[in-house]
Amino acid sequence: MKRTKRRYLALEIDSKANFQPKILIDAIWSSILKLYGEYGASQTSLSLIDYNLEEKQVIIRTNLSALNIVRTSLVTITSIAENRVALHVLSISGTIKALKEKIKM
Amino acid sequence: MKRQFADLHLILKSNKIDENIQLIKKIKFLGYNLLGFSSNNSLDKHSINLLRDLCKNLEIDYISRIDLSPKTRNELKIKLRKVRRKYEIVCVKCKTKEIARQAAQDRRVDLINFPSLSFRNRFFDRNEAELVSNNLTAFEIDAKPLLVLYGSLRAKIISLLRRETVIANDFHVPIVLSSGISESILLRKPREIAALMFLLDMDQTSALDTISTNPNTIVLRNREKLKSSFVAPGIRIIKEGDC
Repeated sequence: MKRTKRRYLALEIDSKANFQPKILIDAIWSSILKLYGEYGASQTSLSLIDYNLEEKQVIIRTNLSALNIVRTSLVTITSIAENRVALHVLSISGTIKALKEKIKM
Repeated sequence: MKRQFADLHLILKSNKIDENIQLIKKIKFLGYNLLGFSSNNSLDKHSINLLRDLCKNLEIDYISRIDLSPKTRNELKIKLRKVRRKYEIVCVKCKTKEIARQAAQDRRVDLINFPSLSFRNRFFDRNEAELVSNNLTAFEIDAKPLLVLYGSLRAKIISLLRRETVIANDFHVPIVLSSGISESILLRKPREIAALMFLLDMDQTSALDTISTNPNTIVLRNREKLKSSFVAPGIRIIKEGDC
């Protein structure tokens, strides 16, 4: 069976508020569901890998084939729990190690 | 070569100079190299000069832009005659079909823009695209509605933009993606804004061209035209004096 290729995305949370990891990942899921529906969301295999509350940086993982779906959905997130927010992609990599080196998390 | 990213349509608020300064600083932070904001909104000359100096200090290339919203064909012609030699980018907001057709025919127009929320007033059809393709005019898409709308309204605008993008590609009309944003929290990095074009079935290279190559080409061409040495496309004065 062919191995699934994955990508790790480092995100920066641009907001005055702090969010619990579950609230954040739910907001990302919700955005994907709104834009691409359940079928699109099922292709992403999205999961939260790391969350640095102090630096407001997050690492998420997705399938390479659904990278564009996730990127587009991240752009359209403008508020989480009634707080204005923007999620900026800092870097994308194939391994967590390389990603952390890039962003020095 | 590294891409130079441009946002040709930032909307600045009058009498909120601090917010405008923050907006421009954030534009730089996010990685844009060229910035255009409309000079004909209620910003006074002093504010425009201040923001222009700020752009210079931050090493952002400032582009002077004017948005025209004429009501009749003749009004458009008169306005174009007045502003063409003063601004680097001339954009026409087409609210009627008559204006859209005239703007598409006129070589002095750089960008045509349609109202995002009045879906019936988007006149970018195949006839419009054919007229535009004879000139060097580009079709401008604002990203703001894709960010702030949701539900059926967003579905509708995505559907319309997808259809217009296909038409533009069929007739080789360049597409320019601008933010159309006035709040700093809605600003996104260039590659993130370009990712919105995936919704319109664009590939990554074409999507990045809409925020880098296409706007840069217009700006370079117009700057060349505005030079005193410019005579006609391909002809310029190299040296003056007796032959």
